[in-house]
Amino acid sequence: MRLDDFTTDFPRLPAASPVWHSAVSAEEFRELCEQVSHCGGKLVALWSSDETESGAGYAVHAALVAAPGMLVLTLPVARDKPAFPNLGDLFPAAERMQRAVADMMGIHAIGAGDQRPWLRHGAWPGGVHPLRKSFDAAAVQPQEPDRYAFVPVSGNGVHEIPVGPVHAGTIEPGHFRFSVVGEKVLRLEERLGYTHKGIEKRFEGMTLGEGARLAGRVSGDSTVAYAWAYAQAVECVCRSTPPERALWLRAVLLELERIQNHLGDLGYLANDTGLAFGFTQFWILKEDLLRLNGELFGHRYLMDRIVPGGVACDLDSAGMRRLAAMLDHLAHEIAILKDIYDEHAGMQDRFLTTGRVAPELAAQLGLTGLAGRASSQAWDVRVQHPCAPYDRLDTVMATHRNGDVAARVVVRFDEIGESMRLLRLLLDGLPAGETRIALADAAPGQLGMGWVEGWRGEIVVALHTAPDNRIHRLHPHDPSWQNWPVLEHAIMGNIVPDFPLINKSFNLSYSGVDL
Amino acid sequence: MDQIIKQILRTGIKTETPPAPDDALRGQVREINAQILRHVGRALAIRHVDAGSCNGCELEIHSLNNAYYNIEGLGIHFVASPRHADMLLVTGPVSRHMETALLRTFDATPDPKLVVALGDCGCDGGIFGESYASCGRVANVIPVDVAVPGCPPSPTAILQGILTAVSQRSAPR
Repeated sequence: MRLDDFTTDFPRLPAASPVWHSAVSAEEFRELCEQVSHCGGKLVALWSSDETESGAGYAVHAALVAAPGMLVLTLPVARDKPAFPNLGDLFPAAERMQRAVADMMGIHAIGAGDQRPWLRHGAWPGGVHPLRKSFDAAAVQPQEPDRYAFVPVSGNGVHEIPVGPVHAGTIEPGHFRFSVVGEKVLRLEERLGYTHKGIEKRFEGMTLGEGARLAGRVSGDSTVAYAWAYAQAVECVCRSTPPERALWLRAVLLELERIQNHLGDLGYLANDTGLAFGFTQFWILKEDLLRLNGELFGHRYLMDRIVPGGVACDLDSAGMRRLAAMLDHLAHEIAILKDIYDEHAGMQDRFLTTGRVAPELAAQLGLTGLAGRASSQAWDVRVQHPCAPYDRLDTVMATHRNGDVAARVVVRFDEIGESMRLLRLLLDGLPAGETRIALADAAPGQLGMGWVEGWRGEIVVALHTAPDNRIHRLHPHDPSWQNWPVLEHAIMGNIVPDFPLINKSFNLSYSGVDL
Repeated sequence: MDQIIKQILRTGIKTETPPAPDDALRGQVREINAQILRHVGRALAIRHVDAGSCNGCELEIHSLNNAYYNIEGLGIHFVASPRHADMLLVTGPVSRHMETALLRTFDATPDPKLVVALGDCGCDGGIFGESYASCGRVANVIPVDVAVPGCPPSPTAILQGILTAVSQRSAPR
């Protein structure tokens, strides 16, 4: 099997973006992954499913991206030999995904370097796998003592700083183990999984309609991106296309979500260098935007506005004028603040060369999304594999090659500017018509894929259907899976007090990967 | 520096002072201030704990710290350690992986202490409910004084929840 042939040999899914899917053998699985890796492609998501109820075994699924689009491979796995080929050597980001598959489904990657549990702490015993169909989601399992084997670092003067899971600021819970000499960080080891609340199991058995609300709560700060990716996956299995107006409104919502998150981060990044002025200013702008969201669309964070089949909101001409006026206001204020940021020597001194991920390392580790673009990884689904209406907008990608905190700040400024340009185009060209259609029934045993460039990076939703328009299995994939391991590298050689700044410059999701 | 000062002066004071004296929010803000003074007798120190949320409630806690709400002006501030806190503000359904951490945080908070559970998940487990991975509502793990619904609750609703907890402090628990 040659990678070049997948667009002709594999059936194309009726998805909003170019996606091909096929079942493959273990040899083909590994071979195609090697080819994708060698041609500069990437692994986007890895998940598993339990097919034992239909008489088969299990299955491992990998979503890969190469030049023509996304390639989804399904590898059937025998019930009595639950194993699959390791991908960690090709895609380092696969390691934690494989550990999660082992915890949740009991399928192991043969020859993987790290066999420690990832999502399982002590809430259920080893040997019990929550995503197996035989597992009772409601039953409380006997708690096990959690004895995670952190990697020890030894040497003269080395000591450890354990941080979390409850952090000092208003952020999500996770554990960071720093090994330091003096102020300098030798190594950081992350331990996540604290917010694991059984999201994937919760999806199972829900109707396709019910799942939308849960999809919007995988990671609250990316609710629009998840809701859109989920809607795409459902529309893919129902073979329905939402009205044009709905698609354009979805893009309006997605760009608003990008702007509001970038505004918040730019404020906090200044705050973390001691410039409270930046926090105050950017959070005034963010609040202005959130309030307008609430008035125009009925929710400050735009939750539950995107639904399978269309959108649950609309925009009249008065609303469009208010949104355009807000864009003018933001553009004016942000220009002033950008000048101040650029010329603030004290703040730039903290930003420049801090937490640097060189382009070569970023490529090797698969750094993605906003952080990837700040390290020369020029990927943006809106640009390379655009769904409607991005296919008519010519989105300009923001990139930088320095890969430090300063670069991630610049990319955020640039992306706000581009989102505002896109929003003006969207408002100008907003088609008239319906905002929602009724969906056709979905056949069981189908795969639906959603693929959306959220503010943090690409969000993928993989949906496997059951009879009666229900969910057999759903995997929501956050770009934080790829980027958390890279943060461990970004901090190396930096000083401990710069960690909050570096961490904020990535601003990764915990809930989105803990599931 | 002159640019920063110019921008600060141009921005002016954003903290909300509604136009009419009978405006509901103005009354609320004053009432909150008075209640905190009456019941705590000093500033209120809050420790936030995310016990498993989707991070939606965190977004609104961040917003509560913006200039429009000016909670520091009301005597409310967020602290880095439960040992410095009068109140725990807890979000999320409590994941079973956070159960121990939440219990330890509660124990580390000096008495007398208040607990406000935030959001639909904090109130009743929300969309995540109770399962092998989730203990459900915050009250299933630690005693809760006030539960604020919403997905996520607005900054004003969070402020109201804080006030409600503070004002019931005088009543014995």
